[in-house]
Amino acid sequence: MLKDKENNGVIYFDNAATSFPKPQCVTNAVVHYITQIGANPGRSGHKMAIEAGQIVYKTRKSIATLFKLKNPMHVIFTSNATEALNTAIKGVLKKGDHAVTSDMEHNSTIRPLHEMEKEGTISLSMIQADKIGILNPEKIRKAVTRKTKAVIINHASNVIGCIQPIKKIGKICKENGVIFIVDCAQSVGVVPIDIGRDNIDILAFAGHKGLYGPTGTGGMVIADGFDFKKIEPLKYGGTGSFSDKIEQPDFLPDRFESGTLNVAGLSGLLAGSEYIQKRKGGIEGILKFKTELQKYFIQQAEMFVPDFICYSASHLPSTDVVAFRINKFPISEIAQILSDKYGIMCRQGLHCSPLAHQTIGTFPEGTLRFGFSIFNKKEEIDFAVQALKSISEGRKK
Amino acid sequence: MKAVILFQSTNHAIWAENELKSHKIACRMISVPRHLSSDCGYCVQIDAENKEKAIDILTTNNIEFEKIENL
Ligand SMILES: Cc1ncc(COP(=O)(O)O)c(C=O)c1O
Repeated sequence: MLKDKENNGVIYFDNAATSFPKPQCVTNAVVHYITQIGANPGRSGHKMAIEAGQIVYKTRKSIATLFKLKNPMHVIFTSNATEALNTAIKGVLKKGDHAVTSDMEHNSTIRPLHEMEKEGTISLSMIQADKIGILNPEKIRKAVTRKTKAVIINHASNVIGCIQPIKKIGKICKENGVIFIVDCAQSVGVVPIDIGRDNIDILAFAGHKGLYGPTGTGGMVIADGFDFKKIEPLKYGGTGSFSDKIEQPDFLPDRFESGTLNVAGLSGLLAGSEYIQKRKGGIEGILKFKTELQKYFIQQAEMFVPDFICYSASHLPSTDVVAFRINKFPISEIAQILSDKYGIMCRQGLHCSPLAHQTIGTFPEGTLRFGFSIFNKKEEIDFAVQALKSISEGRKK
Repeated sequence: MKAVILFQSTNHAIWAENELKSHKIACRMISVPRHLSSDCGYCVQIDAENKEKAIDILTTNNIEFEKIENL
């Protein structure tokens, strides 16, 4: 059996949930902050507080560079992509507004929107993707009305990995004066994103997936020219600025960053973000590497694993995510055997996206999901294919 | 003589410090002098002779500041 000692002898294919392992520099940065710096950024004027503030600034700058954003103050840190999406959605939509979204969304988008619709605040149009998960921008154009305030779209599917034509959708939003909010939880660090070129107004990202930061990191990024006063804050509180006033500051990032930041997490996020941006080939190189792994797995599994069914379309623009099943074999059993017998970690079920599974025809059982990272190797995929082959053949006996 | 530049928040102060340093302007973060502001954070101290240059750099980078005062 393939044993990778560095990873505690496991093969980790659950990178779409959160990435593992993290680069050593990420661990070092977190340890350095906790043991050497420690202080609260932006609250006091002493040396340690300023050093903590430097880390936060550098992280903002690194994220701004990643998305080709000019003003680093337009990077708002949150505890995950979910908090960023909630801030954008609940902050932008007001009573009587109409919003457009799709059935490929994660529950972190669907649930706040559904809640606002249920309580009578907004009306909502759901755009259906085709069977392979792709959205037709023209359908979005048709759904936009005079009352439409925002369109919210998931850039890369956490279920099957498909990449949406966000630039085209964003153009339609621009033409109609509609705010375009993009969920980049899965695409950040995997697909090159240029917030201006891609016509994005607000995006949400996770720091703990493709950027290899610790869990508890993420953020909301607001386009350079966007009037951020159109977004109401989700939370109010201490910012270290304007402490003589009881009003929330009305400038960035303070407007949206109440409470002490997760500086330990951001230290790691900075290291992770630099790590992938400095990697040879950059983000384009990462996408190429990851889609090769995705294609390789699908091709090998289709060749060797009896009754293998793949739901990801690797001939279309896609990330590293693969959704699959072994025909009529309960997915929970397969995931259990992979973990217990083979040390292969993956996710099974609905991946917080019931509607996406309805679209691809795998609801309510869901699928198994592999998501690869820059640290995975073809040998690990070979091992997994052999494991799946044994599992599938074993059932037949 | 020294001068201090005050900002709306420490986020902007650090941003300014990084930009000024990258333009080779000597600067230092210090606690905000109480007589200048009620803020809890820090501000950027420079040599007073560099005031014009500093303002130039801040303006071209769209870094808003509250005030600049001689100490
Ligand atoms: C597409 C998508 N959106 C949002 C999220 C939520 O991210 P987080 O767990 O950082 O809140 C995830 C990941 O779980 C995701 O895959």
